[in-house]
Amino acid sequence: MAGTWVFVEQRDGNIRKVTFEMLTEAKKYGDEVSAVVFGKGVKGLAPEFAKFGADKVYAVEGDVFADYNTGAYVAQIVAMINEFKPNAVLFAHSFNGRDFASRLAQKLEAGLATDVIAAEISAGKGLFTRAIYAGKALSKVEITTSPILATIRPGVFGVAESAGAGAVVEPAVAAGAGDVYQIVKEFKPTVSARPELTEAEVVVSGGRGCKGPEGIKIIEEFADLLGAAVGGSRASIDSGWLGHELQVGQTGKVVNPNLYVACGISGAIQHLAGMSSSKFIAAVNTDTEAPIFNVSDFGVVGDLFKVVPLLVAELKK
Amino acid sequence: MKVLVCVKQTFDTEAKIELKDGKIADAGINLIINPYDEVAVEGAIQLKEKGVAKEIVVVSTGSDKAMDAIRTALAMGADRGILITQDPGADEYARAVALAAAIKDENPDLVLAGHVAADDGSSQVPTRIAEILGFPHINVITSLDIAGGKAVAASEADGGTQVTEVSLPAVISSQVSWNEPRYPSMKGIMQAKKKPVATVAAAAADNKTAIVEFSLPAAKQAGIKIEEDPDVAAAKLADWMKNVVKVEIK
Repeated sequence: MAGTWVFVEQRDGNIRKVTFEMLTEAKKYGDEVSAVVFGKGVKGLAPEFAKFGADKVYAVEGDVFADYNTGAYVAQIVAMINEFKPNAVLFAHSFNGRDFASRLAQKLEAGLATDVIAAEISAGKGLFTRAIYAGKALSKVEITTSPILATIRPGVFGVAESAGAGAVVEPAVAAGAGDVYQIVKEFKPTVSARPELTEAEVVVSGGRGCKGPEGIKIIEEFADLLGAAVGGSRASIDSGWLGHELQVGQTGKVVNPNLYVACGISGAIQHLAGMSSSKFIAAVNTDTEAPIFNVSDFGVVGDLFKVVPLLVAELKK
Repeated sequence: MKVLVCVKQTFDTEAKIELKDGKIADAGINLIINPYDEVAVEGAIQLKEKGVAKEIVVVSTGSDKAMDAIRTALAMGADRGILITQDPGADEYARAVALAAAIKDENPDLVLAGHVAADDGSSQVPTRIAEILGFPHINVITSLDIAGGKAVAASEADGGTQVTEVSLPAVISSQVSWNEPRYPSMKGIMQAKKKPVATVAAAAADNKTAIVEFSLPAAKQAGIKIEEDPDVAAAKLADWMKNVVKVEIK
């Protein structure tokens, strides 16, 4: 039982940043670090992982692995775990990553820590900090089974380059890898020039104070000036001004950008749970008593319809 | 078609979390049916209204308190319930084993659940249940069509929408945006009291994880708050963004 494996999160060869975050984190444990990548034409990605310290790159190629599917991926990684016996396997806490890790953990009758925000891994032992109640509390979980399995929240761990050998290993394709039982009929990418909410450096959110699509337009223009993602509180989602996938809070997404700007958001507990861990928080709200100001580094008591356009003009100067 | 819905009793999402003796304090907290599970219950009821589902069985595992979540689902329109009595400290593995055992006895065509619970946020249990039962699964769905022994669902995936097809029986987990759950009617609440709920013991399973510590995140301190003319306020905020946060202007 040795080595930390990082399962590469990619689509059509585009590697998600969380992969490099996991590699950087894995380097800290002092054990051998390997990137594990499944797909079609993915072998050539090896130097990308070596740049972030991967000593080895396990590359599995094949049509059946072209896109994520639970059956083939689980069969393949179980065979590899049995052959190479890693100490720990890390996945991204993403749509595919948590699907993969959960099904794998059950197949191995093993424990799994999901949505991890801090990790300590040593031989045979994994201690993971998780945000529970959407970040209102934290729990530290010990995994008592082997290998140690976890899914890592994107955007929490830093990225640092460090040279690794990146030696490519091509394991045999497992016997059960043809057992596909989910047929992905279609993937429609979200058409947006803006970054993904959970990966953005800056998030600009609008709430009830936006009053309607006109107010949302104001915050969208502001967001685009900063190359920011747009988010919303429950009020603006329930009113239909923004899609549910943009909801920040306990029944939406948890974000931790460098800067979070809350516009017309009062700061209900369930919203605060989704954004309080942002590095810097600014708020614009007409109500001086709004709870959002209790967590804001810079609060402006004022009308977003007046303040935000002036702010945009000021920033453009 | 028989539909089985897994529900969990959780804290109200507006609840403030505090610790007592190193554990999450539950005194005085309003308990609700996990919002993601509530959507799964509504989805099942809509399938029944369309004539696709004949019977809806709702199952929960935990302490006696979970009975309230079952009664809420029955009041919304589910037909009967199963309460699995299990140590509330059971982890995702142990809960999945207990739920899967009860589900297997029912032999359903479709298992619905919320994709995540608003308390522990693990999003593991539905997928683990599918693995135990050998069923395919689809997670985080925002729409569902059942026809010809197959389920086709759209899911909220990272960076887009994914449409997936599986054969039944299957486990399908909901995103909150799938539907708008109904409020139980007074008649529904009265009827729910008479609907049968079986209580069964949990299948034996040891935890695979151990929670060693609970803590609260460091409280964020309030910083500057200004109340000035919009142009002055905007200039000060812009200055802070440029010089303290050091934002990049595109």
